[in-house]
Amino acid sequence: MKEGVQVKEGLRVKEPLRVKEQLHVKELLRRNAVPALFLCMCVLGVLISGQNIRYIAQELISRLARNWFLVLSLIIPVTAGLGLNFAIVLGAMAGQVGLIVATHCKLPGLVGLITAVVLSIPIAILLGISAGHVLNKARGREMITSMMLGFFANGLYLLVFLFMVGTVFPIDNPEIVLDTGVGLRGTIELKYCKYALDNLLRIKVLGINIPVGSFAVVIALCFGMRWLYKTKLGQELRAVGQDMGVASVAGINVDRTRVIAMVLSTVLAAIGQVIFLQNMGTINTFNSHQQIGTVAIASLLVGGASVTSATVGQGLIGTLLFQLLFIVSPAAGQRLMGNAQIGEFFRVFIGYGIIAVALLIHSWGRKSSLESASRQAMMKEEAKTTGSM
Amino acid sequence: MDDNWVLQVKDVSKAYGDNPVLNKVNLSLKRGEIHALVGENGAGKSTLMNILFGMPVIHETGGFTGEVWLKGRKSEIKSPKDAMDAGIGMVHQEFMLLPGFSVAENVKLNREPTKPNWFSKVAGPKFETINLHKMGYDTRQALDRIEIGVDEWLPLMGMPVGHRQFIEIAREIDKTDLSLIVLDEPTAVLTETESSRLLSALNKLAGSGIGVLFISHRLDEVFEIADTITVLRDGEVICTVPKHEARVENIAEMMVGRKISNSKATQPGRTTGNGNILEIRNLSVDMPGEYVNGVDLNVRKGEILGIGGLAGHGKLGIANGLMGLCHSAGTVMCDSQEIPLNDSRAALDAGLVFLSEDRRGVGLLLDESIEDNIALASVVSRNKFVKKVGPLPISVEDGKSIREHAREMISLLDIKCTGPQQSVRRLSGGNQQKVCVAKAITMEPEVLLVSEPTRGIDVGAKERVLSVIKRLNAEKGITVVMTSSELAELRSMCDRIAIMYNGKIHGILSPDAPDAEFGFCMAGGGGVPGD
Ligand SMILES: Nc1ncnc2c1ncn2[C@@H]1O[C@H](COP(=O)(O)OP(=O)(O)OP(=O)(O)O)[C@@H](O)[C@H]1O
Ligand SMILES: [Mg+2]
Repeated sequence: MKEGVQVKEGLRVKEPLRVKEQLHVKELLRRNAVPALFLCMCVLGVLISGQNIRYIAQELISRLARNWFLVLSLIIPVTAGLGLNFAIVLGAMAGQVGLIVATHCKLPGLVGLITAVVLSIPIAILLGISAGHVLNKARGREMITSMMLGFFANGLYLLVFLFMVGTVFPIDNPEIVLDTGVGLRGTIELKYCKYALDNLLRIKVLGINIPVGSFAVVIALCFGMRWLYKTKLGQELRAVGQDMGVASVAGINVDRTRVIAMVLSTVLAAIGQVIFLQNMGTINTFNSHQQIGTVAIASLLVGGASVTSATVGQGLIGTLLFQLLFIVSPAAGQRLMGNAQIGEFFRVFIGYGIIAVALLIHSWGRKSSLESASRQAMMKEEAKTTGSM
Repeated sequence: MDDNWVLQVKDVSKAYGDNPVLNKVNLSLKRGEIHALVGENGAGKSTLMNILFGMPVIHETGGFTGEVWLKGRKSEIKSPKDAMDAGIGMVHQEFMLLPGFSVAENVKLNREPTKPNWFSKVAGPKFETINLHKMGYDTRQALDRIEIGVDEWLPLMGMPVGHRQFIEIAREIDKTDLSLIVLDEPTAVLTETESSRLLSALNKLAGSGIGVLFISHRLDEVFEIADTITVLRDGEVICTVPKHEARVENIAEMMVGRKISNSKATQPGRTTGNGNILEIRNLSVDMPGEYVNGVDLNVRKGEILGIGGLAGHGKLGIANGLMGLCHSAGTVMCDSQEIPLNDSRAALDAGLVFLSEDRRGVGLLLDESIEDNIALASVVSRNKFVKKVGPLPISVEDGKSIREHAREMISLLDIKCTGPQQSVRRLSGGNQQKVCVAKAITMEPEVLLVSEPTRGIDVGAKERVLSVIKRLNAEKGITVVMTSSELAELRSMCDRIAIMYNGKIHGILSPDAPDAEFGFCMAGGGGVPGD
């Protein structure tokens, strides 16, 4: 017993506080280097663009309302070790299917929206389960596989909505079907449920329109996620994300947990896409879903997330910074180079660039572990950040 | 009658590919019996344990033949989950812990106490909220039962191996309805006092009717605690004897299949250089569980300096701090040049090389080959094994000399493997440790920091590893700082032994100082002024 006490004392010597304090500033900066960099770019962009602050704020608010939910749908797979889920495209498709059906049935407002969500969930679950199973077969190559899954699913989607609508499915509704009677229109207007959620409650602060309804849903999701990580399932997701071997030795069904992560992500993406589109007001039938994957992933990365760790806070902040950059870069390009197109290029470049860099760092980090020391340091970083969910 | 047996292993054989590892092994264990399994590195001990616990590695490599009976009934254990459900607990040779989780989360992994909520009543028990309070409480209880004072909410990352070992054991002890507990070298990184604490905990467990099957390379503790001893050699059971009929020398001989000379490596009268190669001033290291708190230490050129002390008192922190693996503060001079702290690269460049106590986390790349593990660090940071490509100003790895060197190391350290290209994951624990040693000595540093160099290495090979280090010191003049929890090992190797207590150097003793003085010093009494 005596010894136990001694060991305790040994532990209590947390003296090197000096050390810790020194680290804090440096650590904080290093860990938040990416968002800090983007914050600087945004501030510069806002200054250069010379746009009206109220305009920027209004634009930002509505972009946040429609994008946040989608970005947050990426977090669960990251914590479960599946990396950046390019397959949220699948969820987005499910959401679109729901909306298209709701529009076809001319369901108005919130009723249409809820119908769309309810319809899209089972589709998303099915897609999530299949994606999860595929990713379980492709361990270690999850991200590229999820990207391919997105392409593959897109092919199916095209097949169904370009050729089977009007032939296999007897839909004849000139609002959504092409004049030839076969295939959906390239853009479908969401006449009936446009702004259904946003208009639920709008308030005006300093002349800025705030869609409280959409934000309420996002806040609910944030709390839901926080709650999820306090449950048994959340603990399993995190355990699997850290080390599949240890998790399975502890009796956790690793494959199942990973499938669950994919299902949750896909379902959230479906709902997210419905929220996104009700704000846009139109569906680009064959494009809307394709863009969201890269935009959402880039947003998350801008917030400082990595392939192995992501938090709700990073998702929220990342979206804010990325969208702000989106808003100001055309005008900034115009002012700086006399060409708005340059700003446009710039933001596309940033979007794809940051994803490429994240993937590079990830694979480089794995390989560069030749020297034990750097490896240890790296693992530590990872664990620190994954632990802080 | 039959249900007195907790475990019966009947004619179990296992091969990894073409490599037979176990051959018709039989072993039985009664309720409350402590059964020790001993054998050389690579004899197949861990493989047998992995079979009992249904580890994936067994089933991914074609399963095994033979039968395992639990409590008198034949059982099919296909996964760790099956094993747990059958009441088997296992402490693995390589820790099965999650670095990003706290101690409590690890101890309770997949056994978290939960509270139902309205959602879980609809959606199922997976959505029950985790009862953190109870989780902490239970963990505290389990940790207290093995008398370890580590804070249950500290993250596991960076914890010293000794603590991790106890945490693994706490996890198993915390399980209720355990009928068999399997421990694969639980004491390899523990000091004598800690092992005896562990052993008494095991005795208590056995007293409550649980069967204990444990593996150790420390024969003295095997003899202290076991009721029955089984010797495994090259995958076959050589004998099973009750302890009172066994003698240490016989067992050791049966393990290796030849007589082993118990010659104690004696210290030739050596003269170490007089300058100091390392001057450490006021070093503090923030290593959870092994805090170093203001250490002043001089390391003389060419000496072998030992660092000892109980776990939790900071002996492991020094080397980790010097190498920049844990955050540290203070000043360190190497050959009168200051080494920047918290910078692994700078430490390596200054000529420091570290053989870590944490071979899986730090030391090895499990999926790379033996030769790459041995040589690559030297290629990268010492520019060894490279050759020029013709007249071009670039150089590449010299595969041939790497292979040759690896062969040399394999025979020098007696690494049991199929060849230099075998991946390290496929080696037994002790042989992985030997690869770590080979990697460190290949670097030929100015100062070699070795922590627990003989962790998990069998009695026969231990001498070999130690004498290799000693020869490196004598022939190449490499200064060695050796941290070990085995006092006997330190005393046979070192010129001076520093004992850590409460994060500080409590005294520096000569290796011939009497046992009592060491004990006194480790417990924080007296203390001899350093240098
Ligand atoms: N995953 C694997 N694939 C192929 N061979 C393996 C694998 N694991 C172990 N082996 C081989 O099986 C043999 C027995 O290994 P095992 O780990 O059971 O030894 P051990 O008795 O536990 O030794 P140690 O005391 O060093 O831990 C070794 O020769 C090893 O090379
Ligand atoms: Mg072993």
